[in-house]
Amino acid sequence: MVLKVFFPQCCNRADSGLLVGRWISGHDSAVVLAVIHYPFIPGQVKQYVQKMQAQSGVELSVLGSWSLPKDGQEGMESFLRDLSTIFPQERWLQINRELGKTGFTCQVVHRDQNGKVVQREAKKKVEGGDEEEEEEEEEKVIFVHYEQKKVMFSQLHPVENGVPHPTTDPPSELRQMFRTVASSAPLFFLDRYDNGPLKSTHWQTEGREASIIVELLKQASVPLCLLIGWLLSVWSWICNLRVFSLFPLRFLSSKLSTCVQLSYRSEHMRTLSSRTPAAGHAHFMRKANMVVSFLVDVSLGMLLVWWLYRDEHISMLANALLPAAEHVAKELEELLQWLMGAPAGLKMNRALDQVLGRFFLYHIHLWISYVHLMSPFVEGILWYGGLSACFGLTFALSLLSDMVALLTFHIYCFYVYGARLYCLKIYGLSSLWRLFRGKKWNVLRQRVDSCSYDLDQLFIGTLLFTILLFLLPTTALYYLVFTLLRLVVVLFQGVLHLSVDFINSFPLFALGLRLTRHHRLAEGVKFRVLCEEPGTALHLLMEINPLKCSTVVQTYRTPTYSCYPRDSWAALVKKLFVGELVYPWRHKTTKTD
Amino acid sequence: MLYPITGDTKRHTHRFLTTDLAAVGTVRGTSTGQNAAETQSTTGHVYRDAPQRRPTRTANVVEKVAFMMEDEAFTDINGKTISLDCQSHSSLCREFTVSVPKVSIGKVLVYTCCVWLLAYAVFCFTENTAVLSSAIIVTLVGMMLHIHFVKVDHESLIVIRSLGIQMSSSYASGRETTTFIEMSKIKDIVINEAIYMHQIIYYLCVLLKDPSEPEAVSSVVPLFQSSKPRLNCLVKVYKSCQEILSKC
Repeated sequence: MVLKVFFPQCCNRADSGLLVGRWISGHDSAVVLAVIHYPFIPGQVKQYVQKMQAQSGVELSVLGSWSLPKDGQEGMESFLRDLSTIFPQERWLQINRELGKTGFTCQVVHRDQNGKVVQREAKKKVEGGDEEEEEEEEEKVIFVHYEQKKVMFSQLHPVENGVPHPTTDPPSELRQMFRTVASSAPLFFLDRYDNGPLKSTHWQTEGREASIIVELLKQASVPLCLLIGWLLSVWSWICNLRVFSLFPLRFLSSKLSTCVQLSYRSEHMRTLSSRTPAAGHAHFMRKANMVVSFLVDVSLGMLLVWWLYRDEHISMLANALLPAAEHVAKELEELLQWLMGAPAGLKMNRALDQVLGRFFLYHIHLWISYVHLMSPFVEGILWYGGLSACFGLTFALSLLSDMVALLTFHIYCFYVYGARLYCLKIYGLSSLWRLFRGKKWNVLRQRVDSCSYDLDQLFIGTLLFTILLFLLPTTALYYLVFTLLRLVVVLFQGVLHLSVDFINSFPLFALGLRLTRHHRLAEGVKFRVLCEEPGTALHLLMEINPLKCSTVVQTYRTPTYSCYPRDSWAALVKKLFVGELVYPWRHKTTKTD
Repeated sequence: MLYPITGDTKRHTHRFLTTDLAAVGTVRGTSTGQNAAETQSTTGHVYRDAPQRRPTRTANVVEKVAFMMEDEAFTDINGKTISLDCQSHSSLCREFTVSVPKVSIGKVLVYTCCVWLLAYAVFCFTENTAVLSSAIIVTLVGMMLHIHFVKVDHESLIVIRSLGIQMSSSYASGRETTTFIEMSKIKDIVINEAIYMHQIIYYLCVLLKDPSEPEAVSSVVPLFQSSKPRLNCLVKVYKSCQEILSKC
């Protein structure tokens, strides 16, 4: 039977006294939390331990005695042994250390059911002092030294949410030990400058540690939460006005990424402005990540605003926009003229070519006149739109994405026309091909069946099939060109959305915590054997093994309305081939939508 | 990368090995190995059965000398020399360290010369000095990444009775990655065999169990992944570990 004693490093040089801690049930180990020094009154010690147990919820008890005799303190042996009778325990640890030696010695005193103390050393003397057995008994205690401050603040991953079932899922020894130390905060309030009846040693003996910045933030957070809550209530009142729940506006607001981002951020603010403090580690980390990502977002946006509004950048951009749009229109017109001729040496059907080409040219003409109409207002729009970056860089990027979508609306229209035409053609061709071979699509059975057609049906079907087949290259080429253009625009929008998503979801606070205070996020522990002297128990040093950075990012990613590809590559290619309309990026809808 | 021969019947292999350690090396089952102290393996190297003390047909003296020497010449599966250091901190705790040979300066010189000659040849064609500076940067960054992330210096295993098992790999730049597994999650430590490309190799692994289901093996964690010692080294470590684990 190996007994494990978790001993705090701060108590290595403590004066002699009583050990207070907890026995971990089922694992044969004890966690020492503090040492209460002589002189003390046993009744007060018992009262204190009971009070601490009530406050912290941890089953504290007096584990045993600790003796580090300083100069002039001899003859404590019998006193220490008598202590075990005052504090009735099943097992009583007597840990001794001598100055100058690094090893501890420990004797475990058992108490049998009659309440009689069974002392093993007396037994050994009776048996004639079996050397081996004594050494073996001494060696069967392992001292695990741990740094109390680090273990107090660290969180073992994977984080267990809720109360684990005691029978089916027994918590592991390490988790129980970490939880014991973390919950025993009330025990560490007594420091040596208190004038109470008891003096104890633990990690806060020299005085309680706290950070001024954290305390100030805590004080400042209350009025800030109230302010944010009030602003949010005003904002949600505006949003819930009847005017805005009309059909077109609601549809538009779900499609525009700026509105989506706005609702997402207001959801975050709602979480942050709640009055109750965070329950649990995961909730706290999520709130902290939200705050940090919001602050980073706003600061990046301010940087953009500062760059945009100096040196007349806005008018430069506005003046460059019109020539750029005209250039795009000219390129498209040239492209269409090229298609209407003999593109890449292919011979097109002249009539259909001319029809489609003129149709699209007219659209471009409409679009360019629309841009000319808008040109006086562009500078104003850019000026006010740039102000939106004050809310954050994500808003500026979403606004840019929306503007790109609006400006390239004609490309989207061309793509839809071309795709619909091509799709119709493909379906017609496949259906007439079946007719050509004497088969039919059975809608009821969802399969291809043979069918006997009349002669005139066959004749007209074959005619139509030939027409559609020979017109296929023309339509296919137009479809190809406009699909490629659309894909370019979609790609650009996708890049913008991905960067917005990245800023929204990246857990900067968790990563910063991992880099600066790596003991707070623990993947596990690691042990190191401390130099021991022969004949003493085994001493191990327990250090915290910090979480890997990739695991930190994975665990603490804020969930977003993430923008990710809807189809796999194979499905996408198939859809493009058949002519179905393709919307490659999918938005996960939030709960408010 | 590693495909165990025996699917989920790792216990079967384990039982085979523990009951008849003298037959180690004859996994084909052709002979029980009672009379052979030396057995040929598939790769053509010779294993010695350490516990076998009976005088055999050949290599009497060599075997006795090998048994007397504490530090046998262990090799890994590719034939490179490795060394094993067993340290017993107490009856409760043992530490095994397998050290791999360090980065050889000859290899580094050869690689660097190749890269720089190639860069100089490209420079002669293109007359662009950026090629030379980028070659230097690539070499330096590549070397730093190699010693920090790829090159393992030594791997160690610490077994502590009733606490658990700790595995750590130490890289050439000094970085150490450590994993600790608690005793409640450990079912057993076994030597398993695997098909690795064209060879069959042995590796030491820890069988983990879910505390709620003590009979099923939930996962397998291989040990000494980078140093890949051979069976003689593994058997030594295995026997030592079993002595401690059996007492828990």
